[in-house]
Amino acid sequence: MCLAIPAKVLEIDYPFATVSLGGAKRKVRVDLLEDVKPGDYVLVHVGLAIQKVSEEEVKEIERLWEELLKE
Amino acid sequence: MGGVVERIVEKIREESKEFEEVKIMHLCGTHEDTISKYNIRSLIPENVKLLAGPGCPVCIIPDEDLQKVFHLLEREDVILTTFGDMARVPFEGKSLFHYRAKGKDVRIVYSVFDALEIAKNSDKNVVFFAIGFETTMPSTAVAAKEAPENFFIFSAHRFFIPAMEALMPNSEIDGYINPGHVSTIVGVVAYESLTKYKTPMVISGFEPEDVLLSILMLLKAIKNGSPLLMNEYVRAVRYEGNVKAKEVMNEVFDAEDGSWRGLGIIPNSKASLSRVYENCDAEKFFEDVFEDFVPKEDKRKKNCLCGEILKGKAFPTDCKLFMKACTPRDPIGSCMVSFEGTCNIWAKYGKSL
Repeated sequence: MCLAIPAKVLEIDYPFATVSLGGAKRKVRVDLLEDVKPGDYVLVHVGLAIQKVSEEEVKEIERLWEELLKE
Repeated sequence: MGGVVERIVEKIREESKEFEEVKIMHLCGTHEDTISKYNIRSLIPENVKLLAGPGCPVCIIPDEDLQKVFHLLEREDVILTTFGDMARVPFEGKSLFHYRAKGKDVRIVYSVFDALEIAKNSDKNVVFFAIGFETTMPSTAVAAKEAPENFFIFSAHRFFIPAMEALMPNSEIDGYINPGHVSTIVGVVAYESLTKYKTPMVISGFEPEDVLLSILMLLKAIKNGSPLLMNEYVRAVRYEGNVKAKEVMNEVFDAEDGSWRGLGIIPNSKASLSRVYENCDAEKFFEDVFEDFVPKEDKRKKNCLCGEILKGKAFPTDCKLFMKACTPRDPIGSCMVSFEGTCNIWAKYGKSL
């Protein structure tokens, strides 16, 4: 139920966007996110994009991992 | 990534040495899926116990809500829409699929927006049986704001944070793995008030590496007594959460005391439509239909341990019915129905201890 899947935004037609969900195209709502652009990755849950997944934060987690494993 | 798993597991072994036993509870069915799928319980030392909590929205919905939907369907000519696994939950051997087979118009939707489309293209009244925690509530809230006259919401939504408030005092649990996608909406901030219970919590992602890293973070925090609140899932969870989603959710829903399977009544945990949106509240619109509604007990569920499993007090294999009278094909309890239910997951991947 609380599964959310990362999807790449292909096209915006506010409040909708066409996203690629593991290769399949799907129309989802993006109006609960700020500044979504084609190329962004979003987490999709039951037809609604609930958050952007940012590359910066992916790097941040990698840094966190390294730190924890080094200790 | 295999190398990373080995390295984290090695660290977990080292950290866990000084404990006699550590009890970690996760609070999301999708975490149980990761744990069982990758057999994480077998990777970590035996003294680190991974327990499953009430993190499955389909499982925790009490039979009363389901019976009410049946009651409505038996008396009104509506199109009933809901998610697939909710439609399979039985009560006295009947599920929403049973009603569909009997000719009732029950439709499975991927999202509430599909239900909204059905309403826009139909003259009949359309009822959406809404389930889910904070992850799912914003979508229902957006739909409520756009509801045509023939669209109604039967809300079985539950707020998850109040459930943690109910679980945490006087608990035997040493650390919690908090639900990742509930946290995407509510943010790290939502858990700050729970740090008063002095039990470390970590918001975790859903890859096996995420879960293992979260266990490692918890072990360190349990040993040191801090930090009490950590976020491993930084790629999807911000401190403040999704503010827009929280706003629309709080605008559309009011919190009331609500019943949970296994956990009883939890204050402020039921999301009911607020007065402004009562025109699309199925319980208000069909008020007369519910006048003679009386909830019953399902005798088939007498020996079902779903409630104990949702509290982390039992594993599916402790239940007499598990894989005997109760199977994914012919389930008795909701924990065997939902893809997030511990029994269903254990049935799929095998015993996970």
